[in-house]
Amino acid sequence: MIRDTTIGAKLWIAAVWATVIFFVVNVLAMIAVVVISSFGTRWLGTWLPEALTLKWYLAAWKEFQLSEVLLVTFQIAFTVVALSGIIGVTAAYAMARRDFPGKKLLMLLFLLPLLVPPITYGIPLATVLYQWGPGGTFWGVVLANLVPTVPFVILVMIPFIEQIDPKIEAAARVFGAGTFRLFIHVLLPMLLPGILAALLLVLVRTVAMFELTFLTAGPTSQTLVVALYYSVFAAGVRAVQSIDAMAVIYMVSTLIWLLIALRFVNPTQIVARGKQANAH
Amino acid sequence: MQLSSTPFKELRLERMSRAFGSFNALREISLTIRQGEFIALLGPSGCGKSTALNCIAGLLATTGGGIFIDDKRIDQLKPEDRGFGMVFQNYALFPHMSVRENIGFGLKMRGVAKAEIESRVDAALTLVRLQGQGNKPPGQLSGGQQQRVAIARAIVIEPPLVLMDEPLSNLDAKLRLEMRAEIRRIHAQLGATTIYVTHDQDEALSLADRVVVLRDGAIRQIGAPHELYDSPDHIDVAQFMGFRNCLRGVVTARNGLQASVAVGNATLTGMLRNDLNVGDAALVAARGDDVTSGDEHANTLPAVIESIEYRGREFVGSARTADDVELVFHTPKNVAVGSRVFLSVDPDRTIIFADKEV
Amino acid sequence: MTVSALDGHHAERGNKSIRQKLALRGIDGVTLLILPAAIFIVGVFIYPFFYGLVLSFTPMAGGGALANYQAFFSDPYLYNTIAATLRLALPVTILSLAFSIPIAMRVRLMERQRLLTTILVLPLTLGTVLVAEGLLNYLGPQGWFSRILILIGLIEEPLKLTNNYWGVLASLIITVFPFTFLLTLSYITGIDPALEKAAATHGANSWQRFRFVMLPLLVPGIAIAFCLTFVQAFAVFPSAVLLGAPSGDTRVISIAAAQAAFEQYDFSMASAIAMIMAVVQLGVVVAILAIRNMFYRGTTSGGKG
Repeated sequence: MIRDTTIGAKLWIAAVWATVIFFVVNVLAMIAVVVISSFGTRWLGTWLPEALTLKWYLAAWKEFQLSEVLLVTFQIAFTVVALSGIIGVTAAYAMARRDFPGKKLLMLLFLLPLLVPPITYGIPLATVLYQWGPGGTFWGVVLANLVPTVPFVILVMIPFIEQIDPKIEAAARVFGAGTFRLFIHVLLPMLLPGILAALLLVLVRTVAMFELTFLTAGPTSQTLVVALYYSVFAAGVRAVQSIDAMAVIYMVSTLIWLLIALRFVNPTQIVARGKQANAH
Repeated sequence: MQLSSTPFKELRLERMSRAFGSFNALREISLTIRQGEFIALLGPSGCGKSTALNCIAGLLATTGGGIFIDDKRIDQLKPEDRGFGMVFQNYALFPHMSVRENIGFGLKMRGVAKAEIESRVDAALTLVRLQGQGNKPPGQLSGGQQQRVAIARAIVIEPPLVLMDEPLSNLDAKLRLEMRAEIRRIHAQLGATTIYVTHDQDEALSLADRVVVLRDGAIRQIGAPHELYDSPDHIDVAQFMGFRNCLRGVVTARNGLQASVAVGNATLTGMLRNDLNVGDAALVAARGDDVTSGDEHANTLPAVIESIEYRGREFVGSARTADDVELVFHTPKNVAVGSRVFLSVDPDRTIIFADKEV
Repeated sequence: MTVSALDGHHAERGNKSIRQKLALRGIDGVTLLILPAAIFIVGVFIYPFFYGLVLSFTPMAGGGALANYQAFFSDPYLYNTIAATLRLALPVTILSLAFSIPIAMRVRLMERQRLLTTILVLPLTLGTVLVAEGLLNYLGPQGWFSRILILIGLIEEPLKLTNNYWGVLASLIITVFPFTFLLTLSYITGIDPALEKAAATHGANSWQRFRFVMLPLLVPGIAIAFCLTFVQAFAVFPSAVLLGAPSGDTRVISIAAAQAAFEQYDFSMASAIAMIMAVVQLGVVVAILAIRNMFYRGTTSGGKG
């Protein structure tokens, strides 16, 4: 692009990059501290722990009943993924292909759960769920987590579907494919990258969703992040390192999916895609 | 208020080069442009013409050579310090400003007094015939009107040099002809030195005082439109100028500027464009307009008709020679597809180049 | 024969009145695919919201429809949470935007943005609980942050950055800044680069290009980014508990709501606080969007194609 070679411009550029580096270094150091601590033995008043050990992982696994918590976490996450995929993709298809009265209102309806922070709508939602019965159970947590994920899938999928030429579908229909076969043989293969990306991000969001799960979970329906919150909240009861070990397990369980998802989407889109509709 | 342009004697590109890594987009371009000239940079996409324009504008740094206005070297200057005007392919009008604000932008950046900006913008609006449209946002104008705004924005600052980057490529065919006439009129009226980038030879030939043909980042030929059209120096230029028929052969005889070339079993005579001797490999080129189907005379080539199209005044056809070369020709009467004909061409209208690929 | 033909005609008309009337409005079988999602969102998002709204006007302890709101605004321990939350959310929003714009202006010129954007997505993905846990270690009195500052001689005693306002502020910035930045970056890269080139060739220097071309085109995006960032920051919860002083400095409004719900089991009061939270967020969003409407809003491309 346009060159800027004055001293002022160079200083400004240097300052901008210094800020970025300061931020990134601090974030990485923060993550590194948790990881190192979880593998360390005694770490008091020094730069690094005295020795490395795996015992905190064993301790965390037993103390926090992590096998159960992990099982519940992924049961919840995959249920949310499956349901939001089915509900979201079908709705996105209708939104992308049809114009009908009230479409803009419906779009706003789908945007709201993404724009309003979970803690704001989570309290009335938890109240209603406890009233209805599923509050505190597996299905209560699933229902609550579907509130932001269904609209998320819809908003991510709409542009994906819009870019497929409707004439391809028309051709499939003319050559005799019914709605179901049209979907299985024509749409699904073309939409697969988009669906995969959307659902992986739903998985990440659900594993990392603290507020909604915290508000609606009972003792048997806690996910990893809520268990982590409680253990940090009750810090002092357990060794810091075993909490850190749990945090590392949580990190790994989230980041694996993120890394896979990033093969399909640009990081900017994770934030921006759902918001585009709102910008106009 | 009368607009004019800042005077200078000449703009010189001295071995201007630009490389992207190991790819040479521009190879030592040297060119001298006189005050008031209209220069067209012509070439296919990827030939380096836009790179050259961006280097002159300062939007792209050069990687070799220099750019001079009279004796002042300008290639180290930032684009905003060069004082040129530029018209972009997609207009690049500021969508958040009115037409007037768009046109007055360059003057505002130069700190010109408000009253003077107003009167110069008025003059520019009159020049591009957009009086009364000044307060609209550019998005409400048609494509042709937006392009007029872009031109007004470039000339209102009375720049020594106006750069135009394929300004008509986004317009439909009718509007393109109209705007071409408009650009010619404005240039005649202002006399601003202009460098115009295009891939359309009609545009280049009809607008420019001199045309610079670029290919693979290097200049192939510089000349007035009629020079390029009648006597291209290079086969690439010839093909750009409508010499669609091109045949490989070997020189069999030479007579001053004329030579005969054996092509298959036939012999074609034409005007030499390169210095060739008997036995040299040659390329024989002719325009479709100059090739007709006729009887077996001198300077003919047997071929089989592949297709024939009615064009109103005459027929245009394509035929294939025994050596599997496709030729375009015209004929006053219809010929059946598959029939054998003799295609003939006037030696004065046939040109011969050295065949460098052999 | 005449009769049956008429019948057939009638049948066709009867059919028309259902299917084709809907078709006239653009509704067919495919449109109905929207229903499950729409019903779900209405049932699990809109309905609870209105349920909560009504519930907030039917206080558990009686005392008239407005008793919850009166209680909230007469108890400093409760109404001060609004100020405490704003004290966190506003600086975080303003700082995030102030840093995002110049950084995004630079990053858009980078050819390989992917690594940076991926690193920035990390804290967003890991979420507030993990960032809080990490910062407890990192910013703590024995943590690397203070040790490094002591090492280079900036301070002599470790800074107190946890269990107070600063810890929460830091954790909010770490989770919120990447969000704001990526949003701003997507807006900035959406601006036609030819506009900046046009400005440069017509004599605008880098500051003028930003001031007269980029900034006005960015205002709508900045307004949206401000709203979304503010709303996220205003809902700060786990880090205010874990990293702050949940009964002091950083007693934010969501802590008050969660305590009402899960410690006092007063869902009516909790709903009232949630409604107040929503109203404050809405108020700021409406104010920002009103300001935005005074500026240019529209396309950010410079022509067709």
